[in-house]
Amino acid sequence: MTATAERPTTTIFRRPSSTKGLWSWITTVDHKRIGIMYGYAAFTFFIIGGMEALLLRIQLSQANGEFLTAGAYNALFTMHGTTMIFLFVMPASSALMNYLLPLLIGARDVAFPRLNALSWWIFFFGGIFLYSTFIFGTSAAPVGVDGIGGIDGNLAPGGGPGSFNFLADSPDGGWFGYQPNAGPLYSPGTAMDYWALGLQIIGLASLVSSVNFLVTVLNLRAKGMRLLRMPVFAWMTTITSFLLLFSLPIIAVALFMVTFDRQFGSLFFAAQAGGDVILWQHLFWLFGHPEVYILILPAMGIVSEILPTFSRKPLFGYSAVVFAGAAIAFLGFGVWAHHMFASGITPVAQAAFGLATMTIAIPTGIKIFNWLGTMWMGRIRLSTPMLFAIGFVAMFTIGGLSGVTHAVVPSDWQQTDTYYIVAHFHYVIFGGAVFGLFGGLYYWFPKLTGRLMNERLGKVHFWLMLLGFNLTFGPMHWLGLQGMVRRTWKYAPETNLEPWNVAVTIGAFIIAFSILIFMINWFTSRRRGEVSGLDPWDARTIEWMSPNPSPEYNFAVPPVVTSLDHFWHLKYDEDAEGRAVRKEDGDEIVATIDHEQLNPASPIHLPNPSYFPFFFALGLPLMFYGVIYHKQLWGKGLIIVGLIIALAAVIGWAIEPLEEPHGDHDEEEDAIPPSPPAAVLPPSEGETESSDD
Amino acid sequence: MTELIHEADLDHAHPEHEGTGVEDRKLGMWLFLSSEFLFFGALISNYLLYSQRPGFPQPYPAEIYDIPFTSVSSFVLLMSSLTMVLAHNAQTREDANGARTWLFATAALGSVFLAGQVFEFTEFIVEFDMKLSTNPAASAFYLLTGFHGTHVAIGVIMLLSLWGISRRRGGLSDRHGLNLELVGLYWHFVDIIWIVIFTVVYLLSEPPL
Repeated sequence: MTATAERPTTTIFRRPSSTKGLWSWITTVDHKRIGIMYGYAAFTFFIIGGMEALLLRIQLSQANGEFLTAGAYNALFTMHGTTMIFLFVMPASSALMNYLLPLLIGARDVAFPRLNALSWWIFFFGGIFLYSTFIFGTSAAPVGVDGIGGIDGNLAPGGGPGSFNFLADSPDGGWFGYQPNAGPLYSPGTAMDYWALGLQIIGLASLVSSVNFLVTVLNLRAKGMRLLRMPVFAWMTTITSFLLLFSLPIIAVALFMVTFDRQFGSLFFAAQAGGDVILWQHLFWLFGHPEVYILILPAMGIVSEILPTFSRKPLFGYSAVVFAGAAIAFLGFGVWAHHMFASGITPVAQAAFGLATMTIAIPTGIKIFNWLGTMWMGRIRLSTPMLFAIGFVAMFTIGGLSGVTHAVVPSDWQQTDTYYIVAHFHYVIFGGAVFGLFGGLYYWFPKLTGRLMNERLGKVHFWLMLLGFNLTFGPMHWLGLQGMVRRTWKYAPETNLEPWNVAVTIGAFIIAFSILIFMINWFTSRRRGEVSGLDPWDARTIEWMSPNPSPEYNFAVPPVVTSLDHFWHLKYDEDAEGRAVRKEDGDEIVATIDHEQLNPASPIHLPNPSYFPFFFALGLPLMFYGVIYHKQLWGKGLIIVGLIIALAAVIGWAIEPLEEPHGDHDEEEDAIPPSPPAAVLPPSEGETESSDD
Repeated sequence: MTELIHEADLDHAHPEHEGTGVEDRKLGMWLFLSSEFLFFGALISNYLLYSQRPGFPQPYPAEIYDIPFTSVSSFVLLMSSLTMVLAHNAQTREDANGARTWLFATAALGSVFLAGQVFEFTEFIVEFDMKLSTNPAASAFYLLTGFHGTHVAIGVIMLLSLWGISRRRGGLSDRHGLNLELVGLYWHFVDIIWIVIFTVVYLLSEPPL
């Protein structure tokens, strides 16, 4: 079936050629395998971040809780936020984008397959780097930091060098890393360095993949796939990539400033020396608010695929949905200061940013009404993906509405830093992005495995998660309005906050249980699920014209697209009243496509695997460990070692041809007009990418 | 230029695509550079924010700039854009020797600029005692010009790699010819950023009264 991996011949190293086993995964440049790795890594971090949340909830389940110390609590909420945003939702979206983007637009792979592998490995090592703070990092937080069960609130610093004080040695400055709290004066250990440099690495991964996805979308669409015929998920991937491209350099600068402050004595955020701590907030949220849309837009794209399929109607107002997405992204760069209404910015700025924030409700509302319009009068099938999509629309609307209340400045003053905010952003990120992602996983599971996930377990998962989710985050609205502040590790019994907090904690455990059901479903369905065939959902878009599971080359015959929802129009006609009627030979058409796409007429050559992305990515964290310990000789050594590994990988990458010559095919190739030399990345590419760093 | 080839399509029959008509790698470079503009935009804003705040310990960067010296090194860097264009021009005329010469000239001019920056930093630190940790304005100055210098250095390395390849193989293939164009784009970008830095940071910036 696969037609790659001819025996490699040239270059310094033997070209990796295994198609099974560990090395095949390390050296793969196949966008689908990379997507799968992204997915499993993201899910692992989801479990870790979820456990961190459960520990937080245990602490808060009773007034004056004594399960965690203040320091451990700080560390846990910092890592929970950082993990869920940077190590779960972003890479989970990236997993689906990677797997699906080329399929959605009818391409064989992304534009730069090796660069794609590079993104993934940089992300992977970045995640490990960030989490290695639990082992190597130190956090000399001022008060009572000694991990779970510590109840005395003593003044012992949280572990010096070599201490294995697990929780206390992690970053504790919040996922937003506000200055000067996260600066050298108030967070003197190395933990916040791990945080700043870890995010730097992870950001680089996203930057590289955003360039890659954009070139893919702009240059590799199948014939006839004009921009406004692309599936909405491909569109949202494009818009998200633009957001990443323009917001990541800003956080890169901000994180460099933090690192320089902490490591080399610069004074950007040193309040005592005239540094401007509000500058950090501006830079952070100038990135941070687009980041919110980076999290939600892919899920909006997924839902825009699922709703039409299960309503058996075209997406209502396709171009409005697309342009609303672009408008959200554009406006998203002009609203950052609504995170800072309480920081003392001028009244004019408050009014301007409040108004700008309200305008975002317009394109968002357009989307919501378009989704409703899609379902209206549709012949709806309530399969699991559809349940999650509807859940997304409902929960996201609640989160969106509470978001608009934050645009009202006086109201925001009341709500800021309370649980009301926590409720809001969990409704949009969990109720929105995560519901959408789960919907996508159920929907596209057959593309990975050729099987369907169990419907009954899927529905149990959905209803439990919906219940648990609302029980967890709904009451946080009231808690916040009653005045329960964020990031507090204890509340007094006389505040009467305990009952709702108990409910919240129960809800959190229900969510955890529903995730367990999902995992059971996933792993059993992979082997024993119902075989899906080519078109299990009677789908509309061309990724379903590639067999399930997708062969390595995606399409034996690249489709020629003639309309939006091309696949649907191959199967359906319209009757006199404009209703869709399945063509008489619809089943035959599907069977023919399946057969055609599984049996390439001639062998298809795909980019060969490569060692170099992995090794290039390996060099980065080594360098960054070196930066943290640059005062020691071995730290300087590490910088040099990391640099040498990265440079060697770049050189190897540059001289490695993308495709090896095919020894076995000489005669055959002679018969064919000589193909021009395969395009290979410029020798400089790795360097220019890393130069942003 | 020949037919567009995409890395994802190594099949014998290259499938047709809807696309921009711009080569993949060139489009990628443009997108990357668009991101770089925001990177330097943030750094320059950061400098502007601090450069005129009163009350910092002396000296402010704007008090100690050596404008004649920096004008010369700016001129050198701008001339390197000219030699870069000449290199590209020679490459399109398939004049391998010319391309190699101008590549080397570009790298040499870039190196002269870098040497000037090293001299400038040394002078600031040794003679005027303005360190990274002297005040936030100094921090911002060093971060901005330091990152620009890093970009120039990476450009020089790329230029010299192309020069080396051309020397060993007696010229640049089509593939490396495109690489030359990409390095050229990058190089011009670095120059344009320097024009902004020299104007805004050096010429127009004044210390607080």
